[in-house]
Amino acid sequence: MFGKAFSDFVGLLKANAVVLWLALSFCAASAYAADAIPTPTAMPWWVLPLGLFITSFLLGIVAVPSGVGGGVLFVPIVGGFFPFHLDFVRGAGLLVALASALAAGPSLLRGGLADLRLALPMAVLASASAIGGAMVGLAIPANIVQIALGGTILGIVTLMAMAKKSEFPEVSAPDRLSAALSMNGIFHDAARGQNINWQVHRTGKGLVLFLCIGFLAGLFGMGAGWANVPVLNLLMGAPLKVSAGTSSFILTLVDSSAAWIYLNKGAVMAIVTVPSVIGMMLGATIGARLLHVLKASVVRKMVISLLLFAGIRALLKGLGIWI
Amino acid sequence: MEKKDSHISVEQQLYAKLLQWGSRFGLVILVASFLGYVFGLIPAHVPLDELQKVWGLPLQEYLTRTNTPTGWSWLQLAGKGDISNFVGIAILCASSLVCLVAVIPVYAKRGDWVFVTLCILAILVQVLAASGILNVGH
Repeated sequence: MFGKAFSDFVGLLKANAVVLWLALSFCAASAYAADAIPTPTAMPWWVLPLGLFITSFLLGIVAVPSGVGGGVLFVPIVGGFFPFHLDFVRGAGLLVALASALAAGPSLLRGGLADLRLALPMAVLASASAIGGAMVGLAIPANIVQIALGGTILGIVTLMAMAKKSEFPEVSAPDRLSAALSMNGIFHDAARGQNINWQVHRTGKGLVLFLCIGFLAGLFGMGAGWANVPVLNLLMGAPLKVSAGTSSFILTLVDSSAAWIYLNKGAVMAIVTVPSVIGMMLGATIGARLLHVLKASVVRKMVISLLLFAGIRALLKGLGIWI
Repeated sequence: MEKKDSHISVEQQLYAKLLQWGSRFGLVILVASFLGYVFGLIPAHVPLDELQKVWGLPLQEYLTRTNTPTGWSWLQLAGKGDISNFVGIAILCASSLVCLVAVIPVYAKRGDWVFVTLCILAILVQVLAASGILNVGH
């Protein structure tokens, strides 16, 4: 009895030690970046890209167990603590989110966790509005974008802290639009060992919200999983796993349309983008494997704290209070 | 919707297959071109040692100072290390486009004209974004 309690305690300690280590490493890297970086030519060119790779790798590890996309962590944190201009950070953020979504998309589609019929109508609207968001984001002054980003991140923190999830929402009948589009399906829930039939409702409201979500994704260069999942799950009534999978798949279209705008405008810098993409993808692979070791609720709380800090930092940076 | 035994529609399986190949291909090209760039195997448009002076600049100033082209003009500099990375990025961005084109005949064969239209709309949005005609700046 005592031995089991002790081993449980050691296991918990180990799990939290990993989280603590990640947090400390990240905070140390952030502090270093914030204090020591902006002087040009004071260090070899490769130091910051390497720091960016390590940061993205750590963010990738925590992104999976915390249930948020890498893009939403990447833009405020790298934009707040690295000396790269926010335009390049947003361009990289979009490609980080896109690459992660592309890597996950095929297996999600094959496993039935992403549904093409549910995704396509939403993705068409969201990818169109993402173009508008990207154009607006590149047309207005960076400090305005920074302030708006800070406000949005703080909103996301509130949403993450308060939003509930429903594994299998009750949808008594589909609405006319979803019935006409056959937005329904079956997925195999391995945890329960059974096939789950699902359908959705409130499709019209969902489409309107996806217009807004796409705009924000393009404007800030973030993936929009933080918003997609609540809309699909809580509003439209898709099962949680289908919502998460379909959300990721929608990002493959939304982020690519916005990324084209950034690329054409010249707001993609290889030295910022590629280490971030590779770091995030490697980190996410490790994060997925550590899912059983890391305590998800602890990681989630840590990510919320990190986002809160990054949101305040973005707000103050935009207002010129904390440059 | 037509379902196979696995509950996954034919078009969804096709989409998944093409997306996997497209994204893998794009990633390989991206990583290879980046390694060539940072290890100096391919000469860069903006030398690596100069990057620290320009990566914090506002976009327009960066483009002017480094004489970096916008729109599809980067193709003319695709042989340069930093710009060559855009090839992989463009493939990643375009991988969904190929999938959308490929599933249209599946929907059309079934007479699912609503989804044929949705795919065409999605393609038009992607092509519009990729075209470079929507050029704005600070």
